[in-house]
Amino acid sequence: MITRLTAQIVKEILSYLRDPKSRMVLIGPPLVQLMVFSFAVTLEVDNVRVAVLDQDGGRWSHEFVQRLDAAGFVREILYVERPDDIVELIDRRKVLAALRFPADFSRDVAAQRPAAAQVILDGRRANSSQVALGYLNQIAGDIGIALARARGTEPPEIVVRHWFNPNLIYQWFVVPSLSGTLAMLIALLVTSLSIARERELGTFDQLLVSPARPIEIIIGKTVPALVIGTVLASVMISAGVFVFSIPFTGSVALLLGGVMLFILSVVGIGLTVSSVSRTQQQAILGTFSAAVPLVLLSGFVTPVENMPGWLQIIAQANPLTHYLIIVRSSFLKGGPPADILAAAWPMAVIALVTLSAAIVIVKRNLE
Amino acid sequence: MTVPAAVEIIGVTKTFGELTAIEEMNAVIERGRLTGLVGPDGAGKTTLMRMMAALMAPSRGRIRVAGCDVVAEAAGVHQAAGYMPQRFGLYEDLSVIENLRLYASLRDIGEDGLDRTFERLLHFTRLEPFKARLAGRLSGGMKQKLGLACALMARPEVLLLDEPSVGVDPVSRRELWGMVQELSGEGMAVVWSTSYLDEAERCDSVLLLNEGKLEYAGPPRRLTARLAGRSFAVRGIEIDRRGALAETLELPDVRDGVIQGASIRAVLREGASPDALAAAVRSRGGVVETVAPRFEDAFIDLLGGGPGGRSAIAEKMDRVAASDEVAVSCRNLTKRFGSFVATDDVSFDVERGEIFGLLGPNGAGKSTTFKMLCGLLKPTSGEALVAGHDLRHAPGDAKLKLGYMAQKFSLYGLLSVRQNLEFFSGVYGLARKLRARRIDEMIETFELERYLGASPDALPLGYKQRLALACALMHRPPVLFLDEPTSGVDPITRREFWTHINAMVRRGVTVLVTTHFMDEAEYCDRVALMYRARVIALDSPDGLKAGTATPDLPEPTMEEAFISLVEAADEEARAAA
Amino acid sequence: MNGTPTPRRSARRRLGALVRKETRQVVRDPAAILIAFVLPIVLLFLFAFAVSLDVQGVRLGVVLESDAAEAQSLAAAFGATRYFEAVPARDRREAAPRVVAGELGGFVVIPQDFERRLAARTGDPIVQVITDGSMPNTAKFVSSYAEGVVTSWLAGRGGLAEPPVSLAPRFWFNPEIESRRFLIPGAIAIVMAMIGTLLTALVVAREWERGTMEALISTPAGIFEILLGKLVPYFALGIIASLGCALVAIGLLDVPLRGSWLALLAMSSAFLVAALGQGMLISALARNQFVAAQVALLSGFLPALLLSGFLFEIDSMPAIIRGITYVVAARYYVASLQTVFLAGDAWSVFLPNMLAMLAIGAVFFGITALKTRKSLD
Repeated sequence: MITRLTAQIVKEILSYLRDPKSRMVLIGPPLVQLMVFSFAVTLEVDNVRVAVLDQDGGRWSHEFVQRLDAAGFVREILYVERPDDIVELIDRRKVLAALRFPADFSRDVAAQRPAAAQVILDGRRANSSQVALGYLNQIAGDIGIALARARGTEPPEIVVRHWFNPNLIYQWFVVPSLSGTLAMLIALLVTSLSIARERELGTFDQLLVSPARPIEIIIGKTVPALVIGTVLASVMISAGVFVFSIPFTGSVALLLGGVMLFILSVVGIGLTVSSVSRTQQQAILGTFSAAVPLVLLSGFVTPVENMPGWLQIIAQANPLTHYLIIVRSSFLKGGPPADILAAAWPMAVIALVTLSAAIVIVKRNLE
Repeated sequence: MTVPAAVEIIGVTKTFGELTAIEEMNAVIERGRLTGLVGPDGAGKTTLMRMMAALMAPSRGRIRVAGCDVVAEAAGVHQAAGYMPQRFGLYEDLSVIENLRLYASLRDIGEDGLDRTFERLLHFTRLEPFKARLAGRLSGGMKQKLGLACALMARPEVLLLDEPSVGVDPVSRRELWGMVQELSGEGMAVVWSTSYLDEAERCDSVLLLNEGKLEYAGPPRRLTARLAGRSFAVRGIEIDRRGALAETLELPDVRDGVIQGASIRAVLREGASPDALAAAVRSRGGVVETVAPRFEDAFIDLLGGGPGGRSAIAEKMDRVAASDEVAVSCRNLTKRFGSFVATDDVSFDVERGEIFGLLGPNGAGKSTTFKMLCGLLKPTSGEALVAGHDLRHAPGDAKLKLGYMAQKFSLYGLLSVRQNLEFFSGVYGLARKLRARRIDEMIETFELERYLGASPDALPLGYKQRLALACALMHRPPVLFLDEPTSGVDPITRREFWTHINAMVRRGVTVLVTTHFMDEAEYCDRVALMYRARVIALDSPDGLKAGTATPDLPEPTMEEAFISLVEAADEEARAAA
Repeated sequence: MNGTPTPRRSARRRLGALVRKETRQVVRDPAAILIAFVLPIVLLFLFAFAVSLDVQGVRLGVVLESDAAEAQSLAAAFGATRYFEAVPARDRREAAPRVVAGELGGFVVIPQDFERRLAARTGDPIVQVITDGSMPNTAKFVSSYAEGVVTSWLAGRGGLAEPPVSLAPRFWFNPEIESRRFLIPGAIAIVMAMIGTLLTALVVAREWERGTMEALISTPAGIFEILLGKLVPYFALGIIASLGCALVAIGLLDVPLRGSWLALLAMSSAFLVAALGQGMLISALARNQFVAAQVALLSGFLPALLLSGFLFEIDSMPAIIRGITYVVAARYYVASLQTVFLAGDAWSVFLPNMLAMLAIGAVFFGITALKTRKSLD
């Protein structure tokens, strides 16, 4: 049985790695994607253009614009003369936000009356404009504090500390998450095609008449995919540590365990899809139909907590949801074993269920 | 005005990189004739067809089809020629009539009289009852007929058919053939490429290609006539005709030899006397008599003769221990898919050391029966046993008794040849040392050395088949299942294949084979003819032939026997209805 | 028998036949139905419900170390806002591990001497806010809204005058700033990218695989007719799908359509030209369904999701990646869709976008025509 199993495992690994082209497909794209997406995927706001309509022209509107010009998130300030220009610029998406200082703005400030400037934001890009508004409010607040200090009053202070990621660097969040997402996509694709391809080419019958049992066939297909997925995830995690300099505070062993359990459950899903597919095309579409919800419901794009309750329950059946908790915890939060275990056991359940399903379906082929 | 020849091939060479597919070829194909394009695998038949269909440009030289140059006037060629590629481009999710309509519009057939054209074609191909059926659900033979109908749509001047009869059973083959003959009678030039030599023999003219060179052009009779006095039959062999064949093939004067039922057919070297042959078979009771040569004899002779009679692989095998057990048996085997009955109450026993053939038209239930025997399908009722085991429930060790060679030579294309051998030896659990030895043996016997690093997909069909056989034999199974093992393979490679099978059977191996080639049925000890899910005849090849002999046809060929048995079954069904 | 049809008439007939054939195949192919109708609906609903950038109800620990009335009142203020779900605690050691475990998005500490600090104005912080920085977006939200709660609480008890300088924000086009409203148009772009690129690439690759391409090429139909015959049905399918998605978005998902259907159609058509061109090119190069699907996923779906600016701001990306986005047709389509749905007809936005998409399409088709010469060489 050991001989039979080794033969199958070797066969699977070779069928992924023998051909330089398929080797490239397996390794190249995920790494390129890691590089591209870790820079592209950011909910930060940077490099924006802002329009300013200064109907005041006084000291305080100048002060505001100066601080705006110095702010890191602004690329360019467009000065306009008429309110209609603002409409035009926003409509054509030339600016994300427009500031209008009314004629009595500086006078109000000087007279210690509350002074308000108008901000118009592009609601089509609601997320970015909300973040931009936050930055603008910060500038307004800073001016307020400066004013208060100048008048000898100290406003009550609130201290904010961001644990684990003091400067809120977005890549510290994205890169660990991508390591899971991309490894999952490759593991899914590789396994979902494996049975379907053999079935289409007729080698599956060849395998079924051999002494190999269904459980051996599934193990034979699981081990190589597990190895490939784990290696890929590990490479990307290392890239996080060494290329992106993300602090790694948890336990390597626990994270590795988590990665393997995660890939195992993904392989289970892939093999289940594959065992019910008649053709490779069905398997590709099946993978696709599975992959999109898996990514969207994982808490990678947006937090699970934002979803309605019923979707949050569904998200618990998604291995990626649990893996993301483990990988983030291991990188930034010190990865306490209790937390890792709490996220690990649901993946073990998913793996058990899906792999058994795949075995049962392959067995049914013989019925 | 003189009408130009249908096809003129002038000094044509076609190269793909380093490889020369067609070399310096000159030929003319006449109108109103059926021209056969024959040759072994990789001889360049498909390349030539594609060039004539203006799908590929010659590297050097010119081809004119109906007066149009295939490069400069490709559009004219597409108007004048009908082309049916090897895997014909039918849309499986369109119905028969929809496929016809599509090709009618693509070929500019006017709306007027279109229905009449369809009617004529459907009648001609006998597809009328299946007008609304999706092409994907037609049988192999019906698909080919529909493909032919589509290619005939515009009444082309030149009809190019690339291996139209591969995978088609004898009944459909005969129908196809009749249709095409009728067309050439009307003045059309028909080019029919084939690896069936009995078909080539019936062509008006043949072009024989080998390794890209034109070896012969002209009527097949003329080539056959060269062999006069060199073809012999050995009849009356009492013991071990397979052994007799093996010995015969080893004689220096023998160019070729095959088994025909209880007899052997042999071709001798030019000028050789049959005395040596007679001496060799005398001990077994064989008597040599001269017979009329066939085209196949000439073909093999022209290509340098058939392979020898020794099988290195079988010589290394241990004899299968003699025992009385029945190797394969099925009892009242029935399989239904919904309301469709694929196999209906089939029973037979295959004894140890026997070659048992399953024959039948497409869709007769051969493959279903085969799969149930291998344990790949669950019978609806009845039982199927191999070496006394029901393979579906058998422990892994019981499966070691079975070697299986699937249709289309299912091999792992992503693995190299050596890796395929390693995989199959491993999956059958051979110990490391034994594995290495067996692999070396296989490489040596099947001459796989130079392909070891290549993917099986890149191998010539003949080598692919050898590799598939090597993989199936890795664990030396006492029972061997072969599903259409020689489909699409040329006659020389087929002979080689049967040399191995014959030698193994002599060592006690049991073989169950499905095939479309009637000459292969001749190698079997017994043949079960399946038709419409039932076994309609079960006998030795000679018995089947004798049973269908009539005063008009005293010595029917295997194919004629097959067709008359199928027709008789149809007759019976009609009478019962 | 068939007279002498003019070349143009017969070309039209051939095209008609090819289009009819392709349409029948689409209707009978479960895979096509799945990609064109089922997946889009699933995607739209996922984007409507699963992907939400509207952060609310974040679980926030409120560590109340003081028993004073003022402190109690501030704690209550945290409990009252809809942005937070306050989880009371007595000790920060109780809250900290729950942040590590991801159960809390952060916590605020109202210190023991809260009242003294509030009164003294010594510059000592009156409140400390701790966030879970491992989720930067949520962390930002927590800190800014927590500060907001404290500021308005202060204003409410008169402890602080109104801020001397404030901003009066107005979100045009989407005053309620519901993320669904700008995500759904983006989701439509993804659906269209899928139909245009993935489906087309698979279908044409299948013709090569099954050998039907060889039979088609040997007929008098030219390569352009064959390609066009494929494009027309998938173009129609794409348009139907885009209208279907728009109807679902407007009718069920509550997204307004402020622009005209005409503009929507025009933009979708221009995008389809680019997407179909991409699909055609992929299949012409791959001729194999597996490779075609993979390339379509990598070059069609993922860029449409990540580089089109619908989830992630293009301006915020590094210059190299910003450069890449200019050849992603989805970028122009997303911008146009968001405008046509939320803002209205703005042809000054649409026309340059359309031009860009058509230009990308033209390049794809040009390369496809070069690669698919009318022969098998």
